[in-house]
Amino acid sequence: MTIKLENISLRRGGVEFLGEVSLDIERGGFNILLGPTLSGKTTILRTMAGLEKPDSGRILENGRDVTNVPVQKRDVAMVYQQFINYPSMTVFENIASPLRVARTSRGDIERRVRDVAELLKIEDMLDRRPVALSGGQQQRVALARALVKRAGLVLLDEPLANLDYKLREELRNELPRLFEDSGSTVVYATAEPAEALMLGGRTATLHQGRITQFGVTHEVFRDPVDLTTARIFSDPPLNVADIVKRGGEFSIADTITWPAGDAHASLPDGGYRLGFRPHHLSLGRGDRHAINLEGTVEIAEISGSETFVHLDVGSHLWVSQSHGVHRLDVGQTVSVSVDPGRFILFAPDGGRIVEERGAHG
Amino acid sequence: MAEIRLDSIRHSYEDRPSSDADYALKHVDLTWNDGGAYALLGPSGCGKSTLLNIISGLLIPTEGDVLFDGRSVFHMAPGERNIAQVFQFPVVYDTMTVYRNLAFPLRNRGMDRGEIDRRVRETARMLGLEDSLDRRAAGLTADNKQKISLARGLVRSDVNVIMFDEPLTVIDPHLKWQLRAQLKKLHQRYSFTMIYVTHDQTEALTFADRIVVMHEGEVVQIGTSEDLFERPQHTFVGHFIGSPGMNLFPCEARDDGAWIDGRRIPLDSPPPVRPKGAVELGVRPEFIRFDNDGVAVEVRNVADIGRYRIVDALLGEHPFKIYCPEDMEIPSADPRVVFDPRHASIYVDGWRAEGDL
Amino acid sequence: MIQKTVNQKAWWLVTPVLVLVAFNAIIPLMTVVNYSVQETFGDNVFFWEGMRWYERVLHSSRFHEALMRQLMFTGQILVIEVPLGIIVALAMPRRGVWVSVCLVLMALPLLIPWNVVGAMWNIFALPDIGLLGRIINGLGFDYNFTRQPGAAWATVVLMDVWHWTSLVVLLAYAGLRSIPDAFYQAARIDGASAWQVFRYIQLPKMKHVLTIAILLRFMDSFMIYTEPFVLTGGGPGNTTTFLSIDLVKMALGQFDLGPAAAMSLIYFLIVLLISWIFYTLMMRHERQQ
Repeated sequence: MTIKLENISLRRGGVEFLGEVSLDIERGGFNILLGPTLSGKTTILRTMAGLEKPDSGRILENGRDVTNVPVQKRDVAMVYQQFINYPSMTVFENIASPLRVARTSRGDIERRVRDVAELLKIEDMLDRRPVALSGGQQQRVALARALVKRAGLVLLDEPLANLDYKLREELRNELPRLFEDSGSTVVYATAEPAEALMLGGRTATLHQGRITQFGVTHEVFRDPVDLTTARIFSDPPLNVADIVKRGGEFSIADTITWPAGDAHASLPDGGYRLGFRPHHLSLGRGDRHAINLEGTVEIAEISGSETFVHLDVGSHLWVSQSHGVHRLDVGQTVSVSVDPGRFILFAPDGGRIVEERGAHG
Repeated sequence: MAEIRLDSIRHSYEDRPSSDADYALKHVDLTWNDGGAYALLGPSGCGKSTLLNIISGLLIPTEGDVLFDGRSVFHMAPGERNIAQVFQFPVVYDTMTVYRNLAFPLRNRGMDRGEIDRRVRETARMLGLEDSLDRRAAGLTADNKQKISLARGLVRSDVNVIMFDEPLTVIDPHLKWQLRAQLKKLHQRYSFTMIYVTHDQTEALTFADRIVVMHEGEVVQIGTSEDLFERPQHTFVGHFIGSPGMNLFPCEARDDGAWIDGRRIPLDSPPPVRPKGAVELGVRPEFIRFDNDGVAVEVRNVADIGRYRIVDALLGEHPFKIYCPEDMEIPSADPRVVFDPRHASIYVDGWRAEGDL
Repeated sequence: MIQKTVNQKAWWLVTPVLVLVAFNAIIPLMTVVNYSVQETFGDNVFFWEGMRWYERVLHSSRFHEALMRQLMFTGQILVIEVPLGIIVALAMPRRGVWVSVCLVLMALPLLIPWNVVGAMWNIFALPDIGLLGRIINGLGFDYNFTRQPGAAWATVVLMDVWHWTSLVVLLAYAGLRSIPDAFYQAARIDGASAWQVFRYIQLPKMKHVLTIAILLRFMDSFMIYTEPFVLTGGGPGNTTTFLSIDLVKMALGQFDLGPAAAMSLIYFLIVLLISWIFYTLMMRHERQQ
């Protein structure tokens, strides 16, 4: 189904949980809500499900106004972060429960439950109780219960957050395909940018109860509309600097300068903000286009095939992410470089300044 | 500081264990050197928390011995072993102020008040808690409470080892970075022996000098992060470390290399002669690149993760993944790949094999 | 954390209960208020008295004595039952088969009908044929609760402790069970003694349930009637005549409906006042946390 939120606002206990949220979601897509804890992801999901009634605004499913329709009458399934299953029922009964409520025939229930169980690789556990299963398996049962319903809308609230690292990877690989085949519209909440990028689809970035941007995931990543969006969509944290444009040059703290280039020549002089991703800050001196800087190493973290270096560059605390293993000592001075073409430019209020031409990422 | 040795440790939670399956720890022989930063890495249920509790004395092992500096501590209570442990969620004494929380272990050891004051303030400064010393511990945020837990361990000068049991579980993602870097800095400055238990490879690999990988109650490999990444000794290590994990292809080992479905893959080291058992070729997605002189493959899907892409490909009937950095091109027609021969290895029944068997 | 949905329609489900409560409690209460300001001999002839009954009750020495007795009793049993309950709860196992056994044993005294408890102890403490009575007298003490004020008081207190300590035990035990293992482990590593573990970990975590336990025990003991009445009838003399027993004597024994009604309202207000003070202190303490 298509689902549309129009200017939804929600206040509870004097705190604004959602402020003028509008979202237009197409049928059958994989949509991600990305934002830190308490940014409003769960509230939006609950509003879409009908568990919360907004103070103002409308919700439209397939064009129909369902703002006042209670959750039992809506065509929705939900999966939570805590593996929620009926503890006293077997796995089979758990998955069958929504079908029993809908009074599906016995033969149909049998067939559909087994099909979905096979899809989620839990067909051998149908007569066990959830408490006897591992965390990953319990979550698969919850997912099966959501899938078997063939609801028009499936809502997932950080379903992988309580799982082991590797289990998370496994399930994350399977999820898009699982729901694609079912034809449901999926809305998935997560706090991890990497997860959003791996799942693809479309992403809405959330900040303090408002949506900052909504679009194709890697477009939101590459073309953030403001500094807040760029920050939300960054792990490790985005490197930020305050810069000044004077004449045809940009400068950071008057010490490091580089020419403004054709793309930015027409901008007025003044203060701006700069963001660039850690993997664009490379160790060593760069080529002639690059800006070369000197920094002091705060700490170097090696992660198998990559090195994260936390640096102090002219009183800016930045992170550099480089491929390969680089052993650096605390306090050591290193050369780093960054290609100005990788800079993302923002106005002092955070709004994005779009370049006329040129590479950006 | 002490050297800690685990000698033939086996542990079962059952009263009368009958088979290996009843043992949470099947056989562990480990030595932790003085002042090192170690990680115990493994999935849930691999035995890492059990091992931690055996070292700290909270658990008495069914078999085997624990030695600090050559002396058995088997019969010593946790309070006597001079260890510090930071748990998954912050453990603070709610009714006390931060100061008294930190002073607590010292008062129990009968230290004099002036000395206690000095050590408490020094440790608080180390962790940035000096402004909160007079506040009640109950009112602080989760990451500050974890710092208090940590400080309670550091405040004792005679600490042999500090152990962390998945300490960043309740911490917000953007604070995890800071806390991790702080822990590492602490270790570099003070050289405590630190053992960090986690299932998160990034935490383990960034924190530790040497990582102990565990699987189903056994130690599978010990090494630096490069060792584990470049030369995994077991397919589990290959799978568990690296995101995505190592690719495995069932293959035939011949004199001139590994053969997968009739295609020859050249190797650096000579493959084992007549290996007994299931033979597989393991190579990480990072060590595969597109090259016109390579074997033909089929590209099924490209996932864009921002600074890199993961390509789902097929070699014959075998699916595998390729790691492509931002700047690497993916050929649209007739894709061919080459496996880096230095990083492609043969595994027999899961274990890495080289040369003659 | 999952939040519950707000649904006002649920209030409709409460209406039957409200009707029942109105019929059984509010209307009789209003009747009592009515009686407390009038004089009547029960034949529906009323004479307005105003506050006279209230003044009489509040100035009567009989009321003061009953109130003193009541306060002493409640104070004593709280001082005994709460620490005793905590000690027993600490001693109970936290894991294994014995947990269920202990829980059942603890629950048993609470399941016995109150008048049966009174009757049980009556026979149990009889100096000639009761087990307890015989033993105490056999040990050389001169014990007869039907005649000695001291013995009667002690027996009533003992009976209440036997009957109700289990409630404190069960509540305290529930509080203890909610403490995660990691706290005990950390305390072991810190080298804390058993007393320190109690003071810094167990007691703070139990504070919430203990407050509920104390409030419950206070309210129930302040209104106690059945058990002491069956055991001693209020005697010897009026040694164990607590407030409620005195009230019933006045209302049904002497048929002084007016003063009885006034006294019952005063009684009600005293309990309400102390409970409110208690509750406010509890809430303020929690908010400070």
